[in-house]
Amino acid sequence: MPHVHQLPFEKPLYELEERLLKLEAQPDPTPAEKESMRRMRVELTQMTRERYQNLDAWQTVQVSRHPERPQTPDYLELVFDEFVELHGDRSFGDDRAIVTGFAKLAGRKVMLVGHQKGRNLKERNECCYGCAHPEGYRKAMQKMEMASRYGLPIVCLIDTPGAFPGVGAEERGQAYNIAVNLRDMSTLEVPIVCVVIGEGGSGGALGIGMGDHVAVLEFAYYSVISPEGCAGILWKHARHADKAARALRFTSKDLLELGIVDEVIPEPLGGAHRNHFGMATTLKGSLVEAIQSLEGLPVPELLERRYQRYRKIGRFEEVGQLPTA
Amino acid sequence: MSTVENTETQSSAASVRPAKRSVPDGLWLRCDACNATLFRKQVEQNLNVCPECGHHFYVPTASRICQLLDPDSFEEWFAEMSPSDPLGFSDRKPYRERLIDEQRKTGMRDACTVGRGYMRGRPLVFGMTDSAFIMGSMGSVVGEKLTRAVEKATELKLPLVIVSGSGGGARMHEGIVSLMQMGKVSAALARFRKARGLFISVLTNPTMGGVAASFASLGDVTIAEPKALIGFAGPRVVFQTCKIELPEGFQTSEFLLKHGFVDRIVHRAELRTELARIIDYCGG
Ligand SMILES: [Zn+2]
Repeated sequence: MPHVHQLPFEKPLYELEERLLKLEAQPDPTPAEKESMRRMRVELTQMTRERYQNLDAWQTVQVSRHPERPQTPDYLELVFDEFVELHGDRSFGDDRAIVTGFAKLAGRKVMLVGHQKGRNLKERNECCYGCAHPEGYRKAMQKMEMASRYGLPIVCLIDTPGAFPGVGAEERGQAYNIAVNLRDMSTLEVPIVCVVIGEGGSGGALGIGMGDHVAVLEFAYYSVISPEGCAGILWKHARHADKAARALRFTSKDLLELGIVDEVIPEPLGGAHRNHFGMATTLKGSLVEAIQSLEGLPVPELLERRYQRYRKIGRFEEVGQLPTA
Repeated sequence: MSTVENTETQSSAASVRPAKRSVPDGLWLRCDACNATLFRKQVEQNLNVCPECGHHFYVPTASRICQLLDPDSFEEWFAEMSPSDPLGFSDRKPYRERLIDEQRKTGMRDACTVGRGYMRGRPLVFGMTDSAFIMGSMGSVVGEKLTRAVEKATELKLPLVIVSGSGGGARMHEGIVSLMQMGKVSAALARFRKARGLFISVLTNPTMGGVAASFASLGDVTIAEPKALIGFAGPRVVFQTCKIELPEGFQTSEFLLKHGFVDRIVHRAELRTELARIIDYCGG
């Protein structure tokens, strides 16, 4: 099997798989060999399930960044029936890190906004590895505003390590453009469904993430800061990223418990990177269901729901004591 | 760049740069900008501005309120609201302990103060973040207090002035909960805006990360104090990503003015007058 990228904790799985493949390649297996292959297949399934049910936070990050994990362009092919890309931000340039355009989802017309990381080195460089610039956020906002005027529900697929930290990005107002998206997405008069499909990197994710229904794939994560960045600051070195990953509580299970997401979308056995089609099918079902549940709502109710969705997030004490000196 | 592999290049709402704490205890202090040795009392009487070079030092919340609002006019809201620990977070030190230490150090419960007051006789809602408390970072308390302040300003039809001083952006000790505060405050500002409320955002040194990428950037009028550090990603992260020398004055107030993201740079001595004048123009 041409598995280019094996995660450290997947090693035993690939070893077992390799042994099985060798056996399967033999012509005319004996009944004993057939029985042995059957048992190996059962074992492989069980082992995969067991490993993936017990991923720790850092392993989850590794899965979410797996180079073969399906990305926005894969879902455009597998989930949507048509995609009419719209490139223009009307101001500076076309940011490849965010794609936007009309799409058809199970017969519905929608506006699709999604991060794009790129598959090969050339694409990754063009897309800045999924780190968008101000023009990307501006393009997204323009298209979403148009969707609001034409009554098209909005689907946002989030997959970014974070908004791009560069000189040009700062010169062109990275902070301002993200802020405007947070403000203006909150008042769009159509349903907004957001799904974190891989990495939910901080403000760069939230910049297209203010939705009515926010879901996360089982092995995606959504965090205020990258585990490496957090480790670098609080543990003084990025090599403690695994500790930071645990402390930040950003796995799908945590996000659901903390009330940050409304749904965790299960991934196929062994993660989305093993079965793009299976993942796409589940995602499609979720998207359709979420849009259906929202599209009947009168606009004032939709907006009030969205406002309250974010309004209620936060943990504090109304009355707390100051420590005595 | 190799964002996935290179750990330091990942941008974040929780961008970090230590707030320049100035005016330390003691009779004398040294100016960060011109190196002059200054008499502390004299600096304080000069609005915490260096009498030699005009460098704007950090201003604690209480002094800022005195500088901007009419004497005894400030009525603080939600003064007892206090942080909790939504994640049970611990790095090399548990967040709970860190909070207590910060509270002892500053005498504040968290980084934000909001309320209503008068500025040269004009009523307004006032809020500020104080970079002395965990770098003025925005966790649940900061997000909640500012959101309530925006909602009150909407309800009372009053102008809103928020003075930001946040080197920490979103507070990483509260994880994803703090990221969502950016959305919460921004959504409240959307409603305020629809109700034709006037929001003047005052950016002071430093205003970074998730604070810059939410309420601080959303002013109808944006004012900055001179030479404040303002931006999304910390300059260290930008340098490590781009691996080029950063332009002169990168991410200063003057840089933002030049690139169109700040309306006016205002010396601290003029701030109150300028704010009052802008409020008058917008019918406050
Ligand atoms: Zn000086």
